Amino acid sequence: MKKLKVNGKRIKVDADEGTPLLWVIREQLGMTGTKFGCGIAQCGACTIHIDGRAVRSCVYPLSAVTDKNEITTIEGLSENGDHPVQQAWAELDTPQCGYCQPGMIMAVAGMLNDTPNPTDAQIDEQITNICRCGTFQRVRKGIHLAAKKS
Amino acid sequence: MNNVVNGIEISRRKFIVGASVAGAGLSLGILPASRASADGHLDEVNAWVVIAPDDTVTVRIARSEMGQGTLTGLAQLVAEELECDWEKVTWEFPTPGENLARERVWKDFSTGGSRGLRGSQQYMREGGAAARMMLIEAAAGQWGVPAAECVAENSVIRHSKSGRKTTYGKVADAASKVAPPTEVKLKSESEWTVAGKPVKRLDTAEKLTGKLVYGADIQLDGMLLASIKDCPVMGGTLKSYDEAAVKNMPGVRGVVKVETTVGTSGVAVVADTWWRANQALERLPIEWDLGPNVDFDDDALTALLEDGLEADEAFKGNWAGDIDGAFNSADQMVEAVYKVPSQNHAPMEPMNATAVWSEDRCEVWCPTQNGESALAAASDAAGLPIEQCEVYKTILGGGFGRRGAPDYVHQVVAIAKAFPGTPIKLQWSREEDQKHGFFHPTTMAKMRGSLDKDGNLTGLHLRISGQSILAGLMPHALQDGMDPLAFQTLFKGGVSPQMDDHQISYDFDNLLVDHAMRNPPIRPGFWRGVNMNQNAIYMECFMEELAYAAGRDPLEFRLAHMKNNPKGAAVLKAVAERSGWGAKDGKHRGLAVTYGFGSYVAACADVTVSDDGELKIDRIVAATDCGTAVNPQQIEAQVEGSFVYGLSAALYQEITYADGVVQQQNFHTYPSMRIKDMPEVETVVMPSGGFYGGVGEPTIGVAAPAVLNAIHAATGKRIRRLPLKDQLQKA
Repeated sequence: MKKLKVNGKRIKVDADEGTPLLWVIREQLGMTGTKFGCGIAQCGACTIHIDGRAVRSCVYPLSAVTDKNEITTIEGLSENGDHPVQQAWAELDTPQCGYCQPGMIMAVAGMLNDTPNPTDAQIDEQITNICRCGTFQRVRKGIHLAAKKS
Repeated sequence: MNNVVNGIEISRRKFIVGASVAGAGLSLGILPASRASADGHLDEVNAWVVIAPDDTVTVRIARSEMGQGTLTGLAQLVAEELECDWEKVTWEFPTPGENLARERVWKDFSTGGSRGLRGSQQYMREGGAAARMMLIEAAAGQWGVPAAECVAENSVIRHSKSGRKTTYGKVADAASKVAPPTEVKLKSESEWTVAGKPVKRLDTAEKLTGKLVYGADIQLDGMLLASIKDCPVMGGTLKSYDEAAVKNMPGVRGVVKVETTVGTSGVAVVADTWWRANQALERLPIEWDLGPNVDFDDDALTALLEDGLEADEAFKGNWAGDIDGAFNSADQMVEAVYKVPSQNHAPMEPMNATAVWSEDRCEVWCPTQNGESALAAASDAAGLPIEQCEVYKTILGGGFGRRGAPDYVHQVVAIAKAFPGTPIKLQWSREEDQKHGFFHPTTMAKMRGSLDKDGNLTGLHLRISGQSILAGLMPHALQDGMDPLAFQTLFKGGVSPQMDDHQISYDFDNLLVDHAMRNPPIRPGFWRGVNMNQNAIYMECFMEELAYAAGRDPLEFRLAHMKNNPKGAAVLKAVAERSGWGAKDGKHRGLAVTYGFGSYVAACADVTVSDDGELKIDRIVAATDCGTAVNPQQIEAQVEGSFVYGLSAALYQEITYADGVVQQQNFHTYPSMRIKDMPEVETVVMPSGGFYGGVGEPTIGVAAPAVLNAIHAATGKRIRRLPLKDQLQKA
C-alpha cells in the first residue's frame, strides 16, 4: 500500500509503482474527472497538479510521488466549482463536448499559479492541450477573465 | 433523484438507472413505460415534457449531445412553446429501448448531418405547444372556466376574469390525463423570448468540475475492464494468441477472441483495471492473418485515384449546356489537380462502451450518435431479441461522425458474453482509435475551366476520383451504382429534398461534375462536413485559380455566377466587407463560399507567411445564414470550432498506410490545432428567416479553401495536395 495526499486527503492505494497517476486516480480512487485522451502526454486531458504545478498524469508514474506531494485533481480544484477559472469558463460557456475541459482548466489554473496575468504569447507557449471541438477562442478569453478574477 | 453507482453520483436525468433487474444480480434498470415518481405522481405531460410539483421542467432529448449544443437548442424550442420558466428547465435522454416500446414516440435518435435541430424542431415545438395546451386545459377544468380564457406564461396559468392562477407543477398530474390536442399553433419567431436568444448551455456546470460521467467514466459494481487490439490491416483476421503468456499477470481475468458481424476481428484482455488489461494486451503474443490488403500503401492509393482522374466512365452529378463546345472555343484553358487525404475523427474521448450480458438480457452504456443503431448492435451481438436489450446514452466526448458507427458496441457485447452477469467496460487506446477509424474519404479532383477573351468563365469540368462513403458503409443506398452524396455542395437543385441541402453555389452555362468511383481498402465514414469538405476545397480554390487566370477580382468573379443565389452572395459579401476585402493594406486575403447542410456560409481568411515559410493565420471572418438562429452564441461556438477542426485537417492531418497499416497512431504524428495556432474568428450570424439550416458542419467547408486562397495571395503558391504540412518551407 502506498500513501498519497490527494485533494487534501491522506489516502492509501494498492497499485504497481509503474502505474501512471491517471489510472491510479481513475481506477483506484474512482475519481473520473481526470480524463484519458492519448496516453503519451500529447493532449493534456489528464492534467492534474502536483504541488500546484500542472503535469500530465498519463505518463507520471506512481513511483514519482510520495505523501509529501500535494496531488490535486479537478475534483479538488475548488470546494464548490468556483475557482476563478471555473467561474470564467461558466461565464463564457466555454466547453463544447467538455471532455478535454477538466485537463484544460487544470492546465490554466496551474499556469495562473506561476503567471497570474499571462500575455497571449505566454498562453500560446504554456497552454498546449488539445481540444478537438476547438474551444480555444473562449479558452483564451477565459484565461484573461480568470486572471482578472484571481 | 440521485443514484450512487460505485461512488460516482449519477443524477437520474443523465441515466435512468434505478429499478432492479431480477436474476442477473444487478441493479440496473430502465425507465418504466408509464413514468411515475416515487409517490405515484404522474409527471409526464407528454413524451417531451415532464413537470415536477416544484415546476421543474424536464425536456426529453432524443438526439445525442456531443458538444454541438443541440440539447440546449431543442430544450429552448420546447420551452418557448411550453411557455415555461427557462430557469427551471432541465433535460434527460429517453432510452432507445423505451422509444421502441412506445412505438418510437421520440422518433429519430440519429445525430448527424447537422440535423439535430432542423430535423426535430417541428415535432418538438409541437410537443411543447401541446403540453402547454394540456396544462391550460387541466387548470381551466379545475376552475370550471373555458380554456380559451386562460393564458400561460413563465410556468404560471392565469384566468384574468376570475383572477385565479396556478403553476404548471400543480396541474401537471391532471394535464397528463387530458387528451392531447389534435391541432396546435406554433409561435412565430418574432414572438420568441427563449428560443433565438444566446442563453447558456444546460450542460456546462458538470463539465467544469469533472462530475459529468462520460462513457469512459462509467463505473458499475463488479465491473471488469477490457483493452482490445483489432487486426491492424483492414480485412485481416485474428489467427491465434498465446493466452498463457499473460494470464498470470496481475489482475488479468481472461483473454477473449472478439469477432463481430461488422467486420472486426481481434482479441481483448480483461482485467480488474484498464491499465493492467492494456499492459497485458501489449505483451500478448498475437498472430494475424493479415488478409488481402497487406501490401496497400500510399503509392497504391495514388495510382488508384490518378486512374480515376482520366477514366472514360464516371457518374454524372451535375451538368449543363455543352462542355465540349465551351472547351473547343476557349480562349484560355485553366487546369489543376487537387488531392485530399483520409482523415480520422479523433474525438478526445477514445471509443468505449460498457455492457452487461446475461442469457436473457443485455444492457449497454455508451457514447453514441445514434442510440437506436447502438441498440440494434447490442441485440445483434448479444444474440437476444431487441426487446431484451437496452442502451443508456452518455454525453459524448466528441463525435464528429465517428460515433454513428456502433462497432465498439458489437465488440463490448462480444466480450461481455464471455463474462455473463459481469459488467465489462471496453476502452480503446488512442492507437486503436487511430487505426480503426471510419476515415474521411480520400479523393482527387481534376478541374478544367475555359475562359473567353474577356475573362469570362465559359465552361467548367470538375472530375472527382475516389472513395465513396455509401459504397463502403451502405451500398444499398447507391443509386444504380452512383453515390449521390459524393456530389455534396455541387448538386443541381430540384433533384431531391435531401440533396437540395447541398446545392452548387454557382450558375454555369456549361458544366460537368462527375465522379469516377475508386474505392481503396480504407473504411470510409461520415466525418464532420462529409463530402462538402473536399468538394468545397476543389470548387473554391479552383474558382480563385480561374479568377486570377482571367485577371479578375475573385469576389467579383464569383458573384458573376451567383445571380440566382442571393443568400449565398449575401454571406460572401458580408465577409468581404467585414474583412476589408480589396483594401490596399498589404494584407493577404482568401475567400470561400458554399452551401451545405441547408445553410449558406462564407469565410475570408487573412494570413501572413514569413520568409522561411511559417504560416500565421491572422484573422478569419465567417458568416452563416442558417435561416433560423436558435441560439446565436452556440452558433458562434460551432463556427469558431469549425475552423479548428477544418484547419487541423487542412494544415496537419492525414492518414497514410504502409503494409496495410495506418501510420499515424497518436497525436504526435496526427497533430491537432492548439491554441497558439488558432486564428481569431469573427462570426457573423445573419439568419434570413423562413428555414432551419444546419450549423455544426457547414463552416468546415469554407475553412480550408479560405486559408489556402489566402496562402496563395501571400505567396503566389497554390497548395493543391493536402495537408499543407511543410510545403511552404520546402518550396
